[in-house]
Amino acid sequence: MTAAASPQRYTPAAIGFHWLTALLIVGTFTLGLVMTDIPGLTPTKLKYFSWHKWAGVTVLLLAALRLLWRLRTPVPAYPASMPAWQHTAAHGTHALLYLLMFGVPLSGYFYTLAAGVPVVYFGLFQLPLLIEPNLALKPVLKAVHYWLNMGMAAMVFMHVAAAMKHLIVDRDGITQRMLPFSTPKEH
Amino acid sequence: MKLSRHLAFVSLLVPLFGQAAPLKIDAARSSVGAIFKQMNVPVEAKFKQFTAVIDYDSKHPESARAQVNIATASLDIGDPEYNREVGKKEWFNTAQFPQASFVSTAIKPAANGTLAVTGKLTIKGKTADVAFPLTVKTAGARQLFEGQIPIRRLSFGIGEGEWTDTSMLANEVIIKFRVAAGTQ
Repeated sequence: MTAAASPQRYTPAAIGFHWLTALLIVGTFTLGLVMTDIPGLTPTKLKYFSWHKWAGVTVLLLAALRLLWRLRTPVPAYPASMPAWQHTAAHGTHALLYLLMFGVPLSGYFYTLAAGVPVVYFGLFQLPLLIEPNLALKPVLKAVHYWLNMGMAAMVFMHVAAAMKHLIVDRDGITQRMLPFSTPKEH
Repeated sequence: MKLSRHLAFVSLLVPLFGQAAPLKIDAARSSVGAIFKQMNVPVEAKFKQFTAVIDYDSKHPESARAQVNIATASLDIGDPEYNREVGKKEWFNTAQFPQASFVSTAIKPAANGTLAVTGKLTIKGKTADVAFPLTVKTAGARQLFEGQIPIRRLSFGIGEGEWTDTSMLANEVIIKFRVAAGTQ
């Protein structure tokens, strides 16, 4: 296969977006688990909550930029050796990951607004109060945020497992296309 | 019963206030809360239980008096777990100091139809002098008293130990109140 029809690797911008969001999502998710595990009320807990919200908003912004970029930029095609079911599974997982990159931060954002705690991005400027504090909605949004996160964790697990399989078992060069410092594998 | 206790309290204060009768407070339309900033995030909290006694006659505003008593354990910051936390020793210490109070010392007519109020604010056993403008709105027989009192939480020892860090929780807190009343 020649490289003329479709690129062999993701563009540097796509790779940058991928790893930046990956790092932020894993970090924000972990921080979310850690902070909600701290009992009572401590300065550290409140600090973590603020950081978690700033990171979540950053994920949302990055997701928006990334989606715009993705819609305008061709992505490398899968090799002919890849079975159709894997195409479907990959597309499905990627679509869900994109959906959750918006859904998870948005559910968290509305959850904190319902709780009456606005987000002040990096402690500098307050983000829009899209809804009024709502005590009835608060537990609902909390559950939504939690379960979307569990869905995100499941999708990330699938995504990483598939990448590992392509890297170690199939050795078809698919994973390398998204690695920051590797040469594309020739077919 | 709460109402009878309230009335008994009012009748006790009447002799102190001379001939003018205290106003009848409409608790459902009244509120006392505080706005604090946590890492620059404004959060509003409410005291769910308080009693107010206001003796005010628009013809003689300078002889007006006001007293507000607040049940510190009734503070609602939006989460049951956190509400329990702020009752603890390093916060309001509600076990030892179940009441916070404001008692006016002077009320004078001021600019733009407001009243300049000075008084003593007691929280957690510590008393400080406060001054703030009070607005009075009248709608029929109903009167609405509104105001904001800027305070420094550390003057009252609200948030001890690691919570004295004002970069986490600003020292400046605004007490915001609205007391609705009709003549008795």
